[in-house]
Amino acid sequence: MITKTYQLETLTCPSCMAKIQGALKKTEGVKESEVLFNTSKAKVTFDESVVESKDIKNTIERLGFEILGEK
Amino acid sequence: MRISKGKRVALSGILIIISFILKNTALDLMLANIFMIAAAIVAGFPIMKNAISALRYKIVGIDALVTLAVIGALLIGEYWEAAAVTFLFMLGEYLESKTLEKTRSSIKALLDLAPDVSRVVRNGIEVEISPDKVVKGDTVIVKPGEKISVDGTIIEGNAYINQSTITGESIPVDKGLEGTVYSGTIVESGYLKIRADRVGEDTTFARILEMVEEAQDKKAKTQKFLEKFSRYYTPSIIILAILLFLFTRDLVISLTLLVIACPGALVISTPVSIVAGIGNGAKHGVLIKGGDIMERLGKIEVLAFDKTGTLTEGKPKVTRIKAFGIEEDELLKITAIGETYSEHPLARAIKLSASEKFGSLNEEPEESEIITGEGLKVKIKGEDYLIGNRKLFTKSGINITEEEEVYVRAEEKHGQTVIFISNLKNMLGAISIADTVREDAKKLIKNLKSQGIKKVVMLTGDNERAAAAISEELGIDEYYAELLPEEKVEKLEILQRKFGPTAMVGDGVNDAPALASADLGIAIGGASTQVAMETADVVLMSDEVKKLSYAIGLSRATVKNMKQNIYFAIIVAAALIIGVLGKVVFLSSGMLIHELSVLLVIINAVRLLGYGDKGKSKAQVSI
Repeated sequence: MITKTYQLETLTCPSCMAKIQGALKKTEGVKESEVLFNTSKAKVTFDESVVESKDIKNTIERLGFEILGEK
Repeated sequence: MRISKGKRVALSGILIIISFILKNTALDLMLANIFMIAAAIVAGFPIMKNAISALRYKIVGIDALVTLAVIGALLIGEYWEAAAVTFLFMLGEYLESKTLEKTRSSIKALLDLAPDVSRVVRNGIEVEISPDKVVKGDTVIVKPGEKISVDGTIIEGNAYINQSTITGESIPVDKGLEGTVYSGTIVESGYLKIRADRVGEDTTFARILEMVEEAQDKKAKTQKFLEKFSRYYTPSIIILAILLFLFTRDLVISLTLLVIACPGALVISTPVSIVAGIGNGAKHGVLIKGGDIMERLGKIEVLAFDKTGTLTEGKPKVTRIKAFGIEEDELLKITAIGETYSEHPLARAIKLSASEKFGSLNEEPEESEIITGEGLKVKIKGEDYLIGNRKLFTKSGINITEEEEVYVRAEEKHGQTVIFISNLKNMLGAISIADTVREDAKKLIKNLKSQGIKKVVMLTGDNERAAAAISEELGIDEYYAELLPEEKVEKLEILQRKFGPTAMVGDGVNDAPALASADLGIAIGGASTQVAMETADVVLMSDEVKKLSYAIGLSRATVKNMKQNIYFAIIVAAALIIGVLGKVVFLSSGMLIHELSVLLVIINAVRLLGYGDKGKSKAQVSI
């Protein structure tokens, strides 16, 4: 189980937050997810044997949010 | 193909204008409609794309509602409505992201200040490396205009250092050998060799950055409430829209209601104010750890201060010299020379005072004998002297006149510790020593009172006399002396019960339990004590206590700003719903008002960034 933080493009509406969080919650292997509005970051805890960081980034990007970096 | 948001908005806008020209000049109505549809598609495409991708995860967001409304509008031939809604939606989002960046700008500016290069000595050669590569114990070299990249101790040279990144104070401070320097501060003039004590993520600056980052998303109570509220609000609007359609069979009104009733301004109202407030604080050396704390700080009724190191400098200093029969300067010189070998804090205070006045004395006593717990007996230039407390005098049978006795008593009553000096027969003089009050403490207490703080209290482990003297000097309402750390906690509980929300202010060295048990813990001089920085809720990075009233003013301004935003957003949302139901507000005008309200809320928050700057704000601070 690891936790990664993704820096997203500036989030403008709190509803985006709910959207990303909802999508991550429904992604298999994701244990916990938190989207930080002010810092425009997504903190995701996931099981790397089930899902890869790449897939998580894909999920977020498919929702229309650019990922600027990860930690 | 990827087109930036800005270009997309511009293109859509141009298409709308062309369409309008064609329509009004009646050149080609068909073509005008095509242009309008094109405008709707250009601006609407990303909205629809987002809507579809969200639907895949069974999430119905605002994108889906807008898409639905636009398709509906296109089907019934309302091309202008379709284009206007998508255009306004995209334009709004574009402008919002720009203004939002502004609210976050002071924090971003802080992040940009992190040092990016470090010059260290490796194998006797100066090399430039990334600050992450510096290890503890490295010798770091910093030249004028450069940023210090580690927390460390000066081992060579001296310099004027601008520490504003840490303390918020931009007047450079002079530091020399053995001085402590911080990462992120700038050497304005001079040259330094520094031994790295803390590097990378462990430096004070890195810790501050991390805390400020975290603080932004620690939600205020109001924010949590609003998020809960919007969780019920959105579904109820959807139900209302469905009911509306069932009863009126009016698709346009139902869709309009769906789109414009999105609680955007309401949900954004709190976080934007908080982030601007925290950003402003960080810029001024005040670290407020989150929205919740921001709200609590504004509501504090009682402030309890620790004495030593908080209201006072924490270092004893010579406050008064009185000589009987000889010159005062002469008295100070004799005493300082006599104390040459002593490391007692009082002796250090005397030596410091002498070296400030006369420079280095370069003289030593010929003989020096320590009388434990009482003082010294020394011989200087063939003369014997006694330097010490009252006990030493009484025991040695030194004659004290009535006048001398009155003077000493008065000094002691004012919380001074008095050092007696004699030539074995008569008293030559008395030197008063006390922990001095911080210069800005008096002003702070006055400011706090005018800010409406109900009670200012001092809790100290020090003796009754010293506590009484200082609390009188500063105008403190109540003081409690000779307290043990756990008794401070008890006193705080009493204050909380009697007067309401209580904050404890300390330097964090020995009042950690009190800081933790108060409604709010405020640490001062945070840059020098990392423990305090971690445990306190509010940290004043510099030693200036007067920043406390700034912090309180800022938190109140932030809460006020937040409330303005909330009320405004509620009024706009209510007005829009009524407008739609009353058929006064349509899709495009509703969208315009909605987007404008979101923008206004953000712009209102941006105003907070200017709090405390220049003349106007001085008035605000002292309110």
